Amino acid sequence: MEDAARLLQLVVNGAAAGCIYGLIALGFVLIYKATEMVNFAQGDIMMLGGFVAFSLIAHYGLPYWAGALIAICLTAAFGYALDAVILRRVIGQPQFAVVMLTLGLGFIFRAGAGIAWGYDSVGFNTPFTNKTVNLSGLILGEDNVSIIVGTLILCGILFTFFSRTRVGVAMQAASQNQLAAYYMGIPVRRIFSLIWAISAGVAAVAGILLSPVSMIDVNMGFLGIKAFAAAVIGGFGSIPGSLLGGVIVGVVEQLAGYYLPAGFQEVTSNVVLLGMLILRPQGLFAERMGKRV
Amino acid sequence: MTALFQADNISIRFGGIRAVDSVSFEVQKGEVFSIIGPNGAGKTTIFNLISRIYNSTEGRLVFDGQDITRTPPYRIAGLGIARTFQNIELFANATLLQNLLIGRHCHSDVGFLSQLAFLPSTRRAELHHREKAEEVIAFLGLQRYRDSLIANLPYGVRKVVELGRALCTEPRLLLLDEPSSGLNVEETEGMGFWIEDIKRDLGVTVIMVEHDMSLVSQVSDRVMALNYGKVLAMGTSQEVQTHPEVVRAYIGGEVEAEA
Amino acid sequence: MRYLFRTDYRQDLALWRHGGDLFWYGLLVVVMLVLPLLLGEFYIGELGGVFIFAIAGVALMLLVGYTGLISLGHAAFLGIGAYVNSVLLAQGVPFLVTLPAAGLFTAVCGAAIGLPTLRMSGLYLAIATLAFGSIVGTVFQKWDAVTGGFDGFAVPTPYIFGISLEGANGIYYASLAVLILCVWMSANLLRSPIGRAMVAIRDSEVSAQSMGIHLAWYKALAFAISAGMTGLAGALFAHYVRFLAPDAFDVLLSVQFVTIVFVGGLGSIHGAIFGALFVRLLPQFIAIVRDDLPFGIGRMPGLEPSLFGLVLVLVILFQPGGIYGLWQKTKHWFTAFPFKRQTAGRRQKSYAKSERLR
Repeated sequence: MEDAARLLQLVVNGAAAGCIYGLIALGFVLIYKATEMVNFAQGDIMMLGGFVAFSLIAHYGLPYWAGALIAICLTAAFGYALDAVILRRVIGQPQFAVVMLTLGLGFIFRAGAGIAWGYDSVGFNTPFTNKTVNLSGLILGEDNVSIIVGTLILCGILFTFFSRTRVGVAMQAASQNQLAAYYMGIPVRRIFSLIWAISAGVAAVAGILLSPVSMIDVNMGFLGIKAFAAAVIGGFGSIPGSLLGGVIVGVVEQLAGYYLPAGFQEVTSNVVLLGMLILRPQGLFAERMGKRV
Repeated sequence: MTALFQADNISIRFGGIRAVDSVSFEVQKGEVFSIIGPNGAGKTTIFNLISRIYNSTEGRLVFDGQDITRTPPYRIAGLGIARTFQNIELFANATLLQNLLIGRHCHSDVGFLSQLAFLPSTRRAELHHREKAEEVIAFLGLQRYRDSLIANLPYGVRKVVELGRALCTEPRLLLLDEPSSGLNVEETEGMGFWIEDIKRDLGVTVIMVEHDMSLVSQVSDRVMALNYGKVLAMGTSQEVQTHPEVVRAYIGGEVEAEA
Repeated sequence: MRYLFRTDYRQDLALWRHGGDLFWYGLLVVVMLVLPLLLGEFYIGELGGVFIFAIAGVALMLLVGYTGLISLGHAAFLGIGAYVNSVLLAQGVPFLVTLPAAGLFTAVCGAAIGLPTLRMSGLYLAIATLAFGSIVGTVFQKWDAVTGGFDGFAVPTPYIFGISLEGANGIYYASLAVLILCVWMSANLLRSPIGRAMVAIRDSEVSAQSMGIHLAWYKALAFAISAGMTGLAGALFAHYVRFLAPDAFDVLLSVQFVTIVFVGGLGSIHGAIFGALFVRLLPQFIAIVRDDLPFGIGRMPGLEPSLFGLVLVLVILFQPGGIYGLWQKTKHWFTAFPFKRQTAGRRQKSYAKSERLR
């Protein structure tokens, strides 16, 4: 029973970490599906969202839920501005240029955060810190549970948004065929900026959910690299795919840390990523597309 | 007389669609063989099957007595089959000359170290390839565009460069995919004369996918009509264009064929 | 304005377009050779570092600029070359053997990573190489028996025919020699079938195959050449830093390499060298002006990476041709004066081309 409990603990921790990876991956995927750009700075936007929440809640004393909501909106607005001002200008350039651009932006974000908030780790009080919940004899940290529950709720909201609302459907259209979307009167450029906004908002949620588990600091964005593994497993194509990919990576990481000798845990996500890219690059879910000549 | 090229019951499906459905035909050495049919009939797909970009799910492809059904695509040029692409697949960031020189690649056999140090053997090979490319440039009249980047050239010229690059491989069988698409009347006539020159002076066998019926009538020896991946008719240009099945596929009624 | 009058195909094959080019390049080499007699040890040391990064830049340019394959993990190859060279030297193998050995071993590693990534393009290749770089970095840290782990590895002094290469001058000349060799080899490749095959793969894989280019072979070859050259740079790098720490070969170094290629100007060997100059001199420049910057910016940590990022962003937005592109525009302005067209050098409006369907 001890082992089973321990295993379950690992799985829950892994699932929680995996949800964070999944949320960041979700941000990648949303932007990639629409504009074929990859935002290598996604992790750093998560970091910025976390810091903004910290300022609002710990510094200005706003209540948790209000602070969190405002932080999400502010980060979303930042994402919108990012696309409108900078990313829109590089539309025709090869994908490599966009990769470099977002990498460069990541550097700038990290430096900016360091200047504004310093290089120490910070945290703020959440309703979930240091509390535990008892599930039929199993003690789980409420912070981990909050991550899982929060992620599920967010994904539910996003799913409803994309499939039921006009804007959501317009986004799907614009991401599948830009020209046709233009013909249908969809303001494609504004929609793309909105997608960036949603992506940034999702990143902020990830940062806020993560803060009780691991503090917020300038280098938090490096989780983004692990999120790539999640996105690739999910096939870079869908919401459930990214989430499932994230959970898989998270759980495998935790298990590796427990069962394998020391030092292997940190390479786990990279090995999983490389393996997936070599063996099944289309991920577990995506379609394969080829050029018709 | 054994045919230069023979396709025997080749097929391929994309999902539920049979893009090519048990198509068989042969092409004799030295002839110009045209494939016609409405859009989506599977004509370019057949070319993709012949140049082995796709795998045929059944049947055989035989070129000059050799079974090429499972040959990898990069060996096809070396065997003597060259092709052009419907939507022009030139190397846009290279000059015209470089594009033609890439066409000479299948005839290059200098070793890696020789190229690394640019030994005399590589130098001689390069000069030889340059002469061959210049022959094609002279044949097609492309001298003044020699050093232009493809990205800066007009569409009509690019079509000709595509043809030139295929000719640089010194093919025995040339697959032309819609050579006249995007060209005006004069350019199309010019293309027709070039195809005749290729057939007569260079002795190259040509398989051509075409929509322009006047071009088809002008140059073809035999024609095959396709629809929905299946062969409708095969014969001379006149025969096929007046064949009731073909007419129905294109227009749905009676029509006079072009002379 | 010079007008090139060509009468022989050999002129097109040659590495310089006319006598003037040959003169200037020759002068440059002569100046490089006598520089140690004129400048102090510090500057010569720095230039040695520039040459080493230029070698890595040329290597990466071949892969990215000419074959179109992105690599965000090239620091791994630098590290492999550095460690192989140092470990063999510590065993007593002479430097003239360890240097090419490091290059060859790294080339094999390059082919090994090139092969499984054959069908990946653009984004996925970038991510795969990023992961590869990370894994190799961790191997450097964990494999203490060979690399010394976090204790570091003291690099033994290299000797060529009894002459020690230690010291700024030794590194300077060794790196200069290897750089000239690598540039010459790259230029040779680019005017041969291999170079054309690489460009073909970059621009259209489908028609490259139809022209008889074996994609798998040439992509693996491109990776091998690029990795091998970076390995040579790595061997020299080991002697430049004299003490190998495993965390020196991290993602940030890989990003520096990619910055070299990008800021220098994608698609030309000159670009790699300009880029290396820029990337190596920027930190020096920052160090000099640090105290004079307003608002105390100079005293803030993290200034260097943020300036890197800023430069990257500005270059991509406003000058995607990089330094070499700027150089060409300037040259054109001078040579065409006063007939410069208003539209010369203006970027064409381009539309998004889907890379999902290359």
